[in-house]
Amino acid sequence: MNYETTIGLEVHVQLKTQSKMFCACPTGYGAAPNTLVCPVCLGYPGAMPVMNEEAIRLTVLTGLMIGSNINELSKFDRKSYFYPDMPKNYQISQYDRPLCLGGSVVIEVDGVEKTIGITRIHLEEDVGKSTHMARSSGVDFNRAGHPLMEIVTDPDMTSPAEAYAFLVALKQILLYIGVSDCNLEEGNMRCDVNVSMRPAGQKSLGTKAELKNLNTFKGVQHALHYEVERQSGMLTRGERVIQETRRWDPDQGITTSMRTKEDAHDYRYFPEPDLMPVVLAAAQIGALKATLPELPRTRRFRFAEQYGIPAYDAGVLSADRDIADFFEAAAGLSSNPKAVSNWIMTDVLRVLAERETTLAALPLTAAALASLVGLVDKGSINMTGAKTVFEVLIDNGGDPARIVNERGLAQVSDGGAIESLVDDAIVANPRSVEDYRNGKKAALQFLVGQVMKQSRGKANPPMVMEILMRKLEG
Amino acid sequence: MQTKNQPTALNVAYVANLARLHLTDDEIATFQPQMEHIVGYVQQIGALDVSGVEPTLHAVEVTNVLRKDVSRPGLDHERVMANAPSEVNGLFMVPKIVE
Repeated sequence: MNYETTIGLEVHVQLKTQSKMFCACPTGYGAAPNTLVCPVCLGYPGAMPVMNEEAIRLTVLTGLMIGSNINELSKFDRKSYFYPDMPKNYQISQYDRPLCLGGSVVIEVDGVEKTIGITRIHLEEDVGKSTHMARSSGVDFNRAGHPLMEIVTDPDMTSPAEAYAFLVALKQILLYIGVSDCNLEEGNMRCDVNVSMRPAGQKSLGTKAELKNLNTFKGVQHALHYEVERQSGMLTRGERVIQETRRWDPDQGITTSMRTKEDAHDYRYFPEPDLMPVVLAAAQIGALKATLPELPRTRRFRFAEQYGIPAYDAGVLSADRDIADFFEAAAGLSSNPKAVSNWIMTDVLRVLAERETTLAALPLTAAALASLVGLVDKGSINMTGAKTVFEVLIDNGGDPARIVNERGLAQVSDGGAIESLVDDAIVANPRSVEDYRNGKKAALQFLVGQVMKQSRGKANPPMVMEILMRKLEG
Repeated sequence: MQTKNQPTALNVAYVANLARLHLTDDEIATFQPQMEHIVGYVQQIGALDVSGVEPTLHAVEVTNVLRKDVSRPGLDHERVMANAPSEVNGLFMVPKIVE
């Protein structure tokens, strides 16, 4: 029998704020344990939470970006939860009135588009981090209280590849609006996965397993592959899948039952009496909406169409907002956006990767890149000279035309000057000349190279080629 | 997220378990009718017709109590750990958590 896979995700995203959700402790990763804590995030009796307005703004921004309806009236609730990483024995979260409802993210797998529905986005506080030792566990509360946005999807994904594509697309959107650093190593984005299988064509969903401990997108994909095999194997053998939470073990590549109690999901939510409801006026939501950037995906299509660049290039250029902004700025100043795109795709991205840096940290400006492209197009410099100018721009910035003058990089397009260089090369390399005349075409490239070398890279290569051929044939 | 396996009628043994309260059978037998009495008393409010009445989200009608996203140092580490029954490497030490 054929089985269909149904996948839904719960993605936890740490918001990029200076302070925690309900207290003014600094947010931060890597500080010494229990040094970013106070009575509120340690759950001391009587300590009162006060909401961080920036966390609310970032959550609403995310909702607007993916087309959610923003609840004009939203509130916080207590989720009963007994675990040493949560000293209050409840987590402040949102139950029936989250900040955002609905929305969607478009993904693409093997060239096929699909819309993944978003159920809701709510805001809560992160919990502490546990470290497990041989006979005890240790808890660090630095992370406790970090604003955590939970994005819940509809069960719309039908393969591990779709789940992976969703996470990648979501991360790109979150980075575009700068609501989170989305650094997976630092736990900025963590994911719980619900997966079930049902016989093809069956209406109701099968029994699901909830997968935990997924800290990488590849981990999600691998765990899902394993789980699809496991569950379909059980169903094929006529066994029943039981509803349970399973932990992904990345070292062994398997999921194992966490043997959680049946009532583990009965959280007894009730309204948080220490926090007042949040009212978002339509005008406020409208103002936020006006600040939204274009979705990465929309931008990709526009780049290809507006600038006439290949779809692949448009995808690379739009993937990162800084790169995309830089490309648009340079392309807008240039009559040759394709050349601008080529410079970014090959040289700029290479430099960023080699130096592990960002565009903002480089002195290269969009105007300088556009002007460099212009100098090449006008024939003022050849590509060899342009590469030299580019290296200068990367290290020191500056005006390309001036760099060309200062370094004497201007292309030599003076026929007489090139002719005399060609004559010299013919005299100096009689063997190559003979080889060429005997039909060895590769000898021509060598001679062109010799002329270019003599011109210290500045000769106009098509002119060199033309004059050389004329003299050799003549 | 969803509350499941949640009995509709009041079940003291179940609720006590959720609250990590360890009650003896005798205690459960004592508390069950007492709790039913209390909840029954409060349930009288269910007789009121509240259709068309906006749910009250909070007893006090104040909204948007927010603070600016500005951080300041918390407690000194020594003071924080002074309350810890035991400590290891700056962490609060607890019995091993096995899931």
